[in-house]
Amino acid sequence: MFDWRWDFAFEILPRLLQATLNTLAAAGIGYGIAVVLGLVFALAQRTPSRFVTLVVRECVEFIRSTPLVLQIFFVFFVAPQFGIRLSPWVAGMIAIGLHYSAYLSEVYRGGIEAVPKGQWEACTALNLSTTKTYFRVIIPQALPPSLAGMGNYLVGIFKDTPMLSVIGVAELMQAANAIGGANYRYLEPYTMVGIIFLAISLPAAGLIKVFEAWVHKKLGMN
Amino acid sequence: MQPILQLYEYWNDIHMSYLDFLSEQGPRFIDGTIMTATQFFLSAILAIMCALTAGLMKLSSNRMIKGTALVYIEIFRGTSLLVQLYWIFFVLPLFGLTLDKFYTGFVAVGLNLGAYGAELVRGGIQSVPKGQWEAAYAISMSPAKRMYRIILPQALLNMLPPWGNLMIELLKATALVSLISVTDLMFEAKQINGSTFLSAQAFGTALIIYYIFARLVVTPFMRWLERVMARKMGRA
Repeated sequence: MFDWRWDFAFEILPRLLQATLNTLAAAGIGYGIAVVLGLVFALAQRTPSRFVTLVVRECVEFIRSTPLVLQIFFVFFVAPQFGIRLSPWVAGMIAIGLHYSAYLSEVYRGGIEAVPKGQWEACTALNLSTTKTYFRVIIPQALPPSLAGMGNYLVGIFKDTPMLSVIGVAELMQAANAIGGANYRYLEPYTMVGIIFLAISLPAAGLIKVFEAWVHKKLGMN
Repeated sequence: MQPILQLYEYWNDIHMSYLDFLSEQGPRFIDGTIMTATQFFLSAILAIMCALTAGLMKLSSNRMIKGTALVYIEIFRGTSLLVQLYWIFFVLPLFGLTLDKFYTGFVAVGLNLGAYGAELVRGGIQSVPKGQWEAAYAISMSPAKRMYRIILPQALLNMLPPWGNLMIELLKATALVSLISVTDLMFEAKQINGSTFLSAQAFGTALIIYYIFARLVVTPFMRWLERVMARKMGRA
């Protein structure tokens, strides 16, 4: 009735699943960059220097309030002007990692600020170095409350990977575009891409909730 | 040393010619900004309507109504905006529903962000103390009046701060409509990049315009709205 062709759908399914792996890899790598860089951004906002705090804060705000797709274009096209040739994958990972690191830095910041003041005072009393204070006392306590936010952005980064198709990263959306263009059939590829996204992001969101509850229980936080 | 020198020369070039670039391409940036503002405004209205409807539907005790809202929210939150945009643009016409790219753009953005907003509406309504419901019931207000006069205004006040963030997300989301050739700011930046090859200037200017729009228009407006609402509710 809607002109849906099952044979065509099954024919393109392997290709789409192959591209799904690329999408998952892109989300994973981007998230890895964001988790580390986000922590750097969050900690940089806690240095004694007001200037550094201000600059980093403004950068984070800038990244957070401008469109990711524009940032992807910016990294991809501007880097060669400075003599750096970036492949679509590298440019895409830099852009998406940077974008989400700004979001994650806010999550970390909230987590760090939620650590009771007594913990800081105890560290001073024990004469712990700044590094030890952060990495042995503060951050381990700041992470569990940040887990919910981190999980949301993991699903978020996964759903934003289709934007990488604009610079030609061979992920799911790019594959669907290619299939659609070559066969003049858009119904099956785009619908299947939507279903694949649903099939991954809905269980992922559930799993993240379970994981969060598990961590909280393990740490006796309930 | 080489890259630093190159950087310096490049910087010199930019700053010499940037004003020329702006005076030449300014009108296109302005056209793009107006289109982006239009898309933003229309999709914001649609998102608010969708969010209110779906948020209220999700609180319904009728399972059909609740289920409909749940399906809408999960579908639009579970897939990417880009997928939805392409689907509406390329696939809906096969079902006999053809939308112009301008309409497709803000409809897709509005529906997508509306699904996120629905959760905020639901949370906002649930955060209104139970006593308010009981009091409205006690003075025998009709359910519609109770919602409209008592619950919604308080819920609105509670959910305005997260709506501020959502509006920024919405502004960013409108950049995607350029991919179906709506001539918004992003689209103009791409065109300028294609014709002048001045990528840093083209995309950089667009980034700055988006930033200014977000920080100097959207955020202050939402703050102002929060203050006005708080005053009207006697909570200022």
